[in-house]
Amino acid sequence: MKAPVTVLLMCLSVQLIAQPRDMAPLDVGKPASQDLIHRWNTAIQPDGRGLPPGQGCVSEGKRLYAKQCAACHGEEGKGGVYDVLVGRLPEGSFPFATEAGHKKTIGNYWPWPTTLFDYIRRAMPFLTPGTLSDAQTYSLCAYLLHLNDLLPENACLDADKLPKIVMPAQHRFVPDNRLQTSSVR
Amino acid sequence: MPQPSAFSRRRFLQLSALSSGVILAGQNTTADIRELGPWASPYGKRSRHETAVRDATGIVMQESETPQQALSGTITPSALHYERHHAGIPDINPDTHQLLIHGMVERPLTFSMADLYRMPQTCRTYFLECAGNGEHSFEVGEKTSPQKLCGLFSQSEWCGVALGSLLRETGLKPRASWLLAEGADACLLTRSIPVEQALDNVIVAYAQNGEAVRPAQGYPLRLIVPGCEGNMNVKWLRRIEVSDQPFMTREETSKYSDPLRNGTVRQFSFVMDAKSIITRPTYPMQLEKGWHEIRGVAWSGRGKVKSVEVSDDGGKSWHSADIQPPILNKSSVRFGLLWNWDGTERILTSRATDDTGYVQPSVKELIAIRGKQSLRYHNNTMISWRVQPDGLVTYLRTD
Ligand code: HEC
Repeated sequence: MKAPVTVLLMCLSVQLIAQPRDMAPLDVGKPASQDLIHRWNTAIQPDGRGLPPGQGCVSEGKRLYAKQCAACHGEEGKGGVYDVLVGRLPEGSFPFATEAGHKKTIGNYWPWPTTLFDYIRRAMPFLTPGTLSDAQTYSLCAYLLHLNDLLPENACLDADKLPKIVMPAQHRFVPDNRLQTSSVR
Repeated sequence: MPQPSAFSRRRFLQLSALSSGVILAGQNTTADIRELGPWASPYGKRSRHETAVRDATGIVMQESETPQQALSGTITPSALHYERHHAGIPDINPDTHQLLIHGMVERPLTFSMADLYRMPQTCRTYFLECAGNGEHSFEVGEKTSPQKLCGLFSQSEWCGVALGSLLRETGLKPRASWLLAEGADACLLTRSIPVEQALDNVIVAYAQNGEAVRPAQGYPLRLIVPGCEGNMNVKWLRRIEVSDQPFMTREETSKYSDPLRNGTVRQFSFVMDAKSIITRPTYPMQLEKGWHEIRGVAWSGRGKVKSVEVSDDGGKSWHSADIQPPILNKSSVRFGLLWNWDGTERILTSRATDDTGYVQPSVKELIAIRGKQSLRYHNNTMISWRVQPDGLVTYLRTD
């Protein structure tokens, strides 16, 4: 009498209990609405994917910076309480590993210009993140890049121009290579 | 006899006296009178005599450090888990929280907490270590505790859904190679993670040490990337976007990258290499002569800890310490070694070796390769303690 019951249970379990290794999707989760994707899809990629339409110029960035950023980051991006944003190093000099006292800035360290747009729109001003418009963010990027000698005073930025700026330290960035060896790196 | 309405001591004494036929009134039968304590409660508290606390630091108290010298075993109590916040701790309602997965996927989906609870649960014990743990090792003085030197390290048991299971639901487009994890804190913190790594035991965790993840640790959802720097373990996780390139977010470019002596910058240095620290005896302990157990914690983001050695002569001779099981992958172990202090000056140091053969470097060795200023991040060098002849134990800088 026992065997048929076991067989029956085995048949049932085939349908009710899935083994992880050959699992098809469980159909858990709901299709994401286009509206939600549109609202949350704000990340910018280094090739410029994700940059919104619109533009902003150094002059407007300067005005905004004085009002909304200078209190924390200092006049012209230096000497504030928080992160130093402006500063260049002589060609070929990169003393961050060995000499104390050098501040990493947008001009001497940041490898990608797109990071600036993404981070400012995402996280700044520190106490009121999310309040800057796309045009304002372009302006602030333009002004900060100008202060770092990477754009002329009359420059404007948009989705096409921003990713084309080559940052001075970009060529120095290499992906992690520690794990190919068990020795100290 | 009616049931007493409240468990007051007087009432209880009266009841017991009556039922046993003893009359207590006016009698001083014994000097050993004991008081009953409080009874069961809905959510426990530790003894009022226990005082170990996190040490909050920074201009806006953006981080707090785990008091390593006060802990035993390998699980950090959730209330003492270190913190590093970039825009404060959001207050998230789990009933409305959702996780969006989109980008280069076949089916963009959102998952509610209820959806996640339906799926198979994965539980693992993993350490978390901020890439900046030990950042101030070469600035602080001798009166520095393990909490200050190594407080941005904690360990928990994390439970949740394997990220791989969620990506099976959404499917991946053939070119998918990186994904972006985004938090729901005010700065919407983001980090890029290679898809290959995301499929390697990464957990979308809703529980920590048996209960819901603490708000400071990402309630209701936190990404757990085993063995990798704390910042990648995105808290308050709300969105995963799949792409064919890293996003180059601020946290993986301006921060958490390692400038090296040769003029390059090492980026995406995710894995936290093998490290150990003696947690006792350390500053501010005062030792007496005789036997003491030297003990501490060791871990490796590459795998399992294979051995821990201890030296009491500044690294001239090394002795193998005992390691307490279980020895788990990307998880810390407790080590201990019995030691007889003879009252002379001794230098105590520990070093860990992991199962890839990698040995925790000395400060001088790592500075020679990377440069001292580079060790603000990913500093896994040995930590030494000086036992002074008067018994005070102090931190010994070895840079
Ligand atoms: C109330 C103070 C405050 C204000 C105002 C403020 N910031 Fe910041 N900013 C900070 C802090 C604090 C950080 C570091 C945050 C962190 O590490 O999580 C920061 C970081 C940054 C960074 C990244 C620096 C780096 O090297 O990684 C940039 C860029 C930046 N801010 C730009 C701006 C701009 C543009 C504005 C004005 C729109 C602004 N900030 C306004 C406090 C402020």
